[in-house]
Amino acid sequence: MKLYSILFASILGIFVSFTTLAESAHLAVAANFRQCMLALVTELEKESNHRYVLSFGSSGKFYGQILHGAPFDMFFSADVAKPIAVSEAGLGVSKSRFTYAIGRLALLSSAKKSALALEQTLITGAFNKVSIANPKFAPYGIASLEVLDHLKRLEESKSKWVLGENIAQAYQFVDSGNADLGFVALSQVMLEQKYAGSFWLIPDSWHLPIQQQAIILNKAKNNPAALALINFIHSNKGKNILTSYGYLIAENNSV
Amino acid sequence: MSLSPDDLDAIWLTLRLATTVTLLLLILATPIAWWLAKTDSWLKVPIGALVALPLVLPPTVLGFYLLVLMGPNGSIGEFTKALGLGTLPFTFSGLVIASMIYSLPFVVQPIQNAIQSIGDRPIEVAATLGAGPVDRFFSVVLPLAKPGFVTATILGFAHTVGEFGIVLMIGGSIPKETRVVSIQIYDHVEALQYGNAHFLAAIMLGFSFIVLLGLYGFQRKRSGEGLHYGR
Amino acid sequence: MVDEPSDIEQQIINARFQLMLTNKINGSFALDVEFSVPSEGVTAIFGESGSGKTTLLRCIAGLQKSNPAFLSFNGEVWQDRAIFKATHRRSIGYVFQEPSLFEHLTVMGNLSYAIKRASNKLNNTFYSQVIDVMGINDLLGQGTNQLSGGEKQRVAIARALLLQPKLLLMDEPLASLDVKRKLEILPYLEKLRASFGIPVFYVTHSVDEIMRLADRVIILEAGKLVNQGNVSELFSNINFPVQSRDDIGIVLDCNILEVDEQWQLMKVAFNGGQLWLPKRRDELSNSQCRLRILASDISVTLEAQRDTSILNQLPAEVIETVPEETWATTLLKVKTGDTILLARITNKSLSQLALSSGKKVWIQVKSAAIIR
Repeated sequence: MKLYSILFASILGIFVSFTTLAESAHLAVAANFRQCMLALVTELEKESNHRYVLSFGSSGKFYGQILHGAPFDMFFSADVAKPIAVSEAGLGVSKSRFTYAIGRLALLSSAKKSALALEQTLITGAFNKVSIANPKFAPYGIASLEVLDHLKRLEESKSKWVLGENIAQAYQFVDSGNADLGFVALSQVMLEQKYAGSFWLIPDSWHLPIQQQAIILNKAKNNPAALALINFIHSNKGKNILTSYGYLIAENNSV
Repeated sequence: MSLSPDDLDAIWLTLRLATTVTLLLLILATPIAWWLAKTDSWLKVPIGALVALPLVLPPTVLGFYLLVLMGPNGSIGEFTKALGLGTLPFTFSGLVIASMIYSLPFVVQPIQNAIQSIGDRPIEVAATLGAGPVDRFFSVVLPLAKPGFVTATILGFAHTVGEFGIVLMIGGSIPKETRVVSIQIYDHVEALQYGNAHFLAAIMLGFSFIVLLGLYGFQRKRSGEGLHYGR
Repeated sequence: MVDEPSDIEQQIINARFQLMLTNKINGSFALDVEFSVPSEGVTAIFGESGSGKTTLLRCIAGLQKSNPAFLSFNGEVWQDRAIFKATHRRSIGYVFQEPSLFEHLTVMGNLSYAIKRASNKLNNTFYSQVIDVMGINDLLGQGTNQLSGGEKQRVAIARALLLQPKLLLMDEPLASLDVKRKLEILPYLEKLRASFGIPVFYVTHSVDEIMRLADRVIILEAGKLVNQGNVSELFSNINFPVQSRDDIGIVLDCNILEVDEQWQLMKVAFNGGQLWLPKRRDELSNSQCRLRILASDISVTLEAQRDTSILNQLPAEVIETVPEETWATTLLKVKTGDTILLARITNKSLSQLALSSGKKVWIQVKSAAIIR
């Protein structure tokens, strides 16, 4: 599967390099991937003549918009389910679907604490509120509940949940001091060098991998810019950028 | 398709929120509207603009400020903590206060316009007939400004029901506490539960239409002037 | 209870108001008025529009703040440096220029509004009297928007009366009405004056209304009090600024001495003589009436005339002669008893009769209108 996908991209990539035309692609990108995508695209635009237009937002909204004919070339979702749904709706190139990053979960605190102390706080329940991205639809929220379940704190912590509509809001609730703790994406805290509080990187084994998948939409089936981006993400340079922004690289690049 | 218990909770919470906010706003907005209608002070313009601010401010901006201000490090938050009330975000009381700020102009302006259109004369007449200030308010201002109060009540209620951005920012989507209908719809959409979203949205649509229909009908009957909640 | 003399002395209204109003359109207006009038009868506040009549009335009502100010009613201070009795605490009734009924109440509702807030419990006789005098019995069940302007104003007056105020303030109650409605209401106002012993301040710019209703007049000009006095005194003053040439004449308050049914005449006495007049309505002897005698209706002779159709001849003395410049006439101010009358004669007659002050003459009253 992986081989097939790379082959597919490479063939089109060769075709593109022959034409040497500068193309552009409009990307719908899950909000949590914002900074990382900006870094990727900035780097890629230096190397090629392709240009990228970026829209950031919630994966759910992008899915709804794509369903109703939004003119995107690629969809970088925060989960697996939505690219599958796009594919099943016949709106995307099913073979192009791949895991571009695996998100990592961190526990954020507004107070300065050691990692161990943060873990203890979560376990003992010595906090007022814990902010969680809404597990009804946010992949990081689902993973957060898995972590609480792993710690056997799922039920007793329920009364202290405040749900953000995405991890950005989960972060905001902690940052503004309204919640003592919050489950956020590692990618968010890695950006905040000067953050006054503290965070603890939750072991990846405590929750199922937060796979973030992307898919090329029908309109961009032969868009060289889209293919160039996929190739770049798979390149060593691209992988370095992903890691530096707090994501794991998928060992198997397709499902 | 029927309503889930969560949806019913959201509807009930929304009605409770809108009723509380409307009643409190009528009490708060009336003296403000009175002052704005009667004063010659230079403060009239800035205060009027302040009251009207939520009309133009994106709710998310307002919500963000409230989240910060009502948080434990914010000035309001420190005040409520000092009073022993804790902090307001993620609570029903917090939503009530935020909604009151957001819906304030929709309640103040119709009342202010109504009081202005009454003018000073009936109030003076009442004074010469031996009515004191409180007596004058209830026996003359209130009945004469009734259309304005009805409009204010309907708009305040409907606007609170339709509010989303602020609740999104400070609510935390807590069932029976802050997860109102608009949030519930948003959550349904985000979770790709379009059927549930459609159903709740249709209820909201029907409700809003009926409210506005009633308002237009009432105003037509009163004066034939149509809707005038702004200035 | 026996009235103490001081109580009688205190049946008086003392007022002093000073204020400055600034208005973006009209610039500034200053009111500076001080007066003292007995608290009985009708006191007209007279002046052109913009002279401050309404402002003065509003000051008396407490609707207009004024500082410095002083106002006392029968010895009770309503306003001074330290005291400001709010409007609703002053025992006043106020009739506004435009009929100001509460639109959200019926006619009866408007009346009840006053009755409920009256200082004294309503006495049924008084209620019937008010309804009767104002002639509004048939209107009670109606909504206010069904009434004509005149009817509204009558209801507004009744409403003010039912409050049982100690002082009634009326701000040009007829000004907003057309001539027909004015004539319709004036009799009610005259009855009001006659039926209720309540002192009234009556703002007007109509000489006719003053003659028919007022006992005394306060004249305002540009916010200042320029003249004040009894109606009869003011009208015999040639400089009384309000009369056009054709209207110059005096007002006499008389007692009806006897009524002659055979000739339909009546004999009245005033402070200076007696007059025979055609009886007009159902005048009764021993009652009061007010006459209006124009200067053009009085002629002057040097001797008493015998063979004349004119019933009324009175001896008098010329006080003053005032030439009317643009006309070939002169106004004579003559005194009979304590009363001053005005007569208009041609300059030719003035010369032929050699009239000058101090001259004894006979005056002939050709006609007199009973105005009240």
